[in-house]
Amino acid sequence: MNTLYDRLSPVVRNLPPSGIRRFFDLASQMQDVISLGVGEPDFVTPWHVREACMYSLEQGYTTYTPNRGLPELCVEIAKYLTKFGLTYDPSHEILVTVGGSEAIDLALRALVCPGDEVLIPVPTYVSYKPCALLAGADVVELPTYAEHGFRLTADALERAITPRSKVLVLCFPNNPTGAVMDKEDLQAIADVVLRHDLFVVSDEIYAELTYGSQHVSIAAIPGMRERTVVVSGMSKAYAMTGWRIGYAAGPEPIISAMLKIHQYTIMCAPHMAQRAALEALRNGDDERDRMVESYDRRRKLIVAGLNEIGLPCHEPRGAFYAFPDIRPTGLSSEQFAERLLLEQGVAVVPGNVFGDPGEGFVRCSYATSVELIEEALRRMRAFVQNLAYHPVR
Amino acid sequence: MNDALRLKICDLLHENAKLSPETIARMLGETPDVIENTIRELEQEKVILRYSAVVNWDKLPVNQVTAVIDVKVLPQREVGFDAIARKIYRFDEVKSVSLMSGGYDLQVTVVGRDLREVSRFVSEKLATLENVTSTATHFLLKTYKSDGVIYDDTDGERRLMITP
Repeated sequence: MNTLYDRLSPVVRNLPPSGIRRFFDLASQMQDVISLGVGEPDFVTPWHVREACMYSLEQGYTTYTPNRGLPELCVEIAKYLTKFGLTYDPSHEILVTVGGSEAIDLALRALVCPGDEVLIPVPTYVSYKPCALLAGADVVELPTYAEHGFRLTADALERAITPRSKVLVLCFPNNPTGAVMDKEDLQAIADVVLRHDLFVVSDEIYAELTYGSQHVSIAAIPGMRERTVVVSGMSKAYAMTGWRIGYAAGPEPIISAMLKIHQYTIMCAPHMAQRAALEALRNGDDERDRMVESYDRRRKLIVAGLNEIGLPCHEPRGAFYAFPDIRPTGLSSEQFAERLLLEQGVAVVPGNVFGDPGEGFVRCSYATSVELIEEALRRMRAFVQNLAYHPVR
Repeated sequence: MNDALRLKICDLLHENAKLSPETIARMLGETPDVIENTIRELEQEKVILRYSAVVNWDKLPVNQVTAVIDVKVLPQREVGFDAIARKIYRFDEVKSVSLMSGGYDLQVTVVGRDLREVSRFVSEKLATLENVTSTATHFLLKTYKSDGVIYDDTDGERRLMITP
């Protein structure tokens, strides 16, 4: 007789479990842990945004909204995207989703057929591959390397392309590496994409969190708008992770297809959270910029500290992660993370959970207080020095 | 002189005076020498006047009352409000003096051991000063937020320990 498990969808059964899970369980049982493992801002959502949500509740905005999202929110999103040189018609080319995560899922489901190949540069955020697999696609991983600042090269893309290639998923600024793609980098990628008639799903959730350079969207490169779904949201820029408001912007036929799935599966993003997002987009820029400046200072602090400890760290130019090379210790990512946690009470995320080329690295979020970053660095120094006296065989 | 850097250093120290020059140097991408020199400069120019802690006195077993006093004065020829302000701020009991626009002229904060002590200071010292025409004393009952710091802040770490 088949067990219950055997009768589950084989696609789901075969999905690899999240590599973060085991580590999370381990860390949660421990006391006095400094966590550099958190993938979200350490700021609470600005008060004026929270207040706008409460006001919306007082006003009784507790109903469904249009499937696409509040029309005025779509207008604000379209207006916001013009800062990256992107123009979208708010009534047909914008879709408000439950976090950027839903937008990624919808985009992939709208674009791929079983057997299509989805190209994903790695290391990267953990959701793209499972979403592509759930959509029935095959996943082709494109390794990126520290030597190139973890940027995707046109060459690496070109070499991976087959007749079945359909969608390229980009996540820049990147989680976990902090890599940013400059205009020339994107232009080179766009040339390949255009030549092979691919689609791009571009997750730009960290667009506001760049340091020393302005974010460039691949959709702003000539010829790319018609084949790109830009995914973003409120979570990282406005410290609104728990509100679950994201959005997708793209050409009308793709957005309409995504809207179709969205209306049957989700109906609409939460009304009051949409009202809060509206407030954040209208009046949240100053606070957002202050938060970004604060990340930048802590970024410099942690990168300098890690390099001093002897964990070489390329300069992360975006997001809020440092991704140091831990190979000098002779440990694997998982050994490093686990021993650092058990011996010094500092939680970082092993790089291999973001894809094989992340092996040899760990992700350290610097979205935490200066005091805790400094204490974490002290503990990491002690850990590494201790390893030097007791080398790994 | 780098105004942007000076501003950033003051911003960081105002937020947390315990930051070491080394930490500030790293956060701003400068050398510790540059930061130390700039801080010394700021101190010499009296831009930075002193370093102190924000204390919630309500949590300590001290007997003290704080009063905020609205003072109306007659400005004097040539020195305006400055001369009278100077006379007021020299009293030890006076913690702050500011010139205000609106219904009164000087806002004076006074700290004393008890109500009586503060009242006595107001009636005997402050109200009797030449050119002071009236005072209105407000006793402070509870501080919720001061200089950007929320006193009963319950914001703690609410994030999960590890998230993707």
